[in-house]
Amino acid sequence: MGMTALTIDAEGLKKSYGTRTAVRDLTLQLRRGEAFGFLGPNGAGKSTSIKMLLGLVKPTGGRALLLGKPVGTREVRARIGFLPEHFRFYDWLSASELVLFHGRLCGLADDVLRRKVPYLLERVGLGSQDSKPIRSFSKGMMQRVGLAQAIVNDPEILFLDEPTSGLDPAGRKLVREVIREQRDRGATVFLNSHLLGEVEQSCDRVAFIRHGEIVGMYEMGAWQSAQTEVEIKAARVDSASLSRLAGIEGLVVVAADVQLGGQRLRLRVPSADCLPEVVRCLVENGAEIFSVVPQHVSLEDLFLQMMGPDPGL
Amino acid sequence: MSDKTIDVPVTAEVRNRKGIGLPANTGEPIHIPRGPGALRTVILMARVTFREAARRKILWVAALGGAAFLGLSWAGLHAMIASMSPKVPAINRREGIGMMLMMVLYAGSMMTSLMAALTSCDTLSGEIASGTIHAIATKPVRRWCLVLGKWAGFVAMLTLYVLFVEGGSMGVSWLETRYFPPHSFAVLGLIWLQAILLLGVTMACSTRFSALTSGAVTLGLYGLAFVGGWIEQFGALRHIKTCVDLGIVASLVMPSDALWRRAAFRVQPPLFGAAGVSPFSSTLVPSPAIVAYAAIYAILALILAQILFEHRDL
Repeated sequence: MGMTALTIDAEGLKKSYGTRTAVRDLTLQLRRGEAFGFLGPNGAGKSTSIKMLLGLVKPTGGRALLLGKPVGTREVRARIGFLPEHFRFYDWLSASELVLFHGRLCGLADDVLRRKVPYLLERVGLGSQDSKPIRSFSKGMMQRVGLAQAIVNDPEILFLDEPTSGLDPAGRKLVREVIREQRDRGATVFLNSHLLGEVEQSCDRVAFIRHGEIVGMYEMGAWQSAQTEVEIKAARVDSASLSRLAGIEGLVVVAADVQLGGQRLRLRVPSADCLPEVVRCLVENGAEIFSVVPQHVSLEDLFLQMMGPDPGL
Repeated sequence: MSDKTIDVPVTAEVRNRKGIGLPANTGEPIHIPRGPGALRTVILMARVTFREAARRKILWVAALGGAAFLGLSWAGLHAMIASMSPKVPAINRREGIGMMLMMVLYAGSMMTSLMAALTSCDTLSGEIASGTIHAIATKPVRRWCLVLGKWAGFVAMLTLYVLFVEGGSMGVSWLETRYFPPHSFAVLGLIWLQAILLLGVTMACSTRFSALTSGAVTLGLYGLAFVGGWIEQFGALRHIKTCVDLGIVASLVMPSDALWRRAAFRVQPPLFGAAGVSPFSSTLVPSPAIVAYAAIYAILALILAQILFEHRDL
């Protein structure tokens, strides 16, 4: 990939507050037209990372280029959009006044905005509420106004921080559609979310951040071929055969328990190629196999696997 | 929400027809590459700040309070005039009216100072705490322009307030008694500067501290200047050099009270100055230099607010 195709190019970005390190090492390369999911438990450094890329927070180390220019410059900010988490605005403005205000802050001309603001409000489903003060809005409606202001300047990079929090299913669908539209338009979408289902549906690639460091980055769906989980229903599986199974390289016994009518094994295998060996190993040790079912590894499974069982602390 | 808005696919074609797609799609440059100019940003922020005061009813509550204040002053003045026997010589009459007006102006200047501190203490700190500033500061605008714009919005509001409350007091005096204080423009200017000075200090604080702390710091300094003013006048009356020096130091730390005393000196009737120590008179008149000092102080406070905001993480 050529240098020009990168919209975000961060290397070793770091932020410390005194002795506390919020972000240890943020190294990222994002492409044009890519939707990127940024995942991690609370306090992992997600917000600080996004703020460094936006130029709100000054990094204490490393460097980052957005659209080939240093982060935080006005040239860069003219070409990005941002929907902050816990989106709050001047709630005494009406929805159209607010989008107009943000459009003007982007440097857009008033005659462009006169056409654009109604279109954007229509797009986020607030066409009929455009003159009501935001004070009277629900959290979901507020989030929609936020989305409208984030795309008012047709950004080349769109940062969304927890965009679906507080949204009903229709609102979440809208966010997904907007993400797709922006991506199809050629924008990079940087999505910060803890709603893994949303990320799974919207993103091309995900990164996991933990303790201020990226601990894994995956093309969407790629982990499913890289790692397969299978559920095996069997009988007469003894501890000797389990320990023999554990000897197969890369195999992890996720769960082994006895259920009504037999035993259930859940195994994580490095690839589907080793399944025959697993079955042979079990049969040779006297087990009876009823079914071997490959399991879909969801993003949530992967998340929990990366973060451990209780990553919130 | 209606299904219509969700399900209508917005194709590139639709966007192009409306002329609102990416510049690459339409060939029409819609960005100003570096965002709005400094002046436009300042005007945008000033307008939104001023309108905020109007929409959040601050302006109207303040106007109502000011009107009540003027009404009360009028009633007081009227009662005083009515109580004076016709035998009171004209000069004493004027002294009485002048003193009454001075007290009214003093109370008005305190109200203006409180307005300056209380309306602005939340503006930066509140928006930083709530995250409102995030969507604004990520736009292609200079941060110092945001501060300057907010400041200008408050200046506009405070100017109206000073004109209404203090100018109104003078008007009430003229309507009731045909007495108009001397040097009225200079007096209004000094009281206005006092408010602007406190505004700058509050805004500088609110770039780093919470709204409550910022308000408390400003009002604390205002109180310090007030006490310092008394100590200085007392020292001058009794010829105690230490007291005078303490007062001067207090005036340098916060020249707000010195501005009021200068205003009081300009507005006081000729004989009134001899009456002794009171917050309404000036035994020791602050020099014009302190006015220049206060003006520079106010500008530096604004610049400090801009620098602190420019360099902080949001």
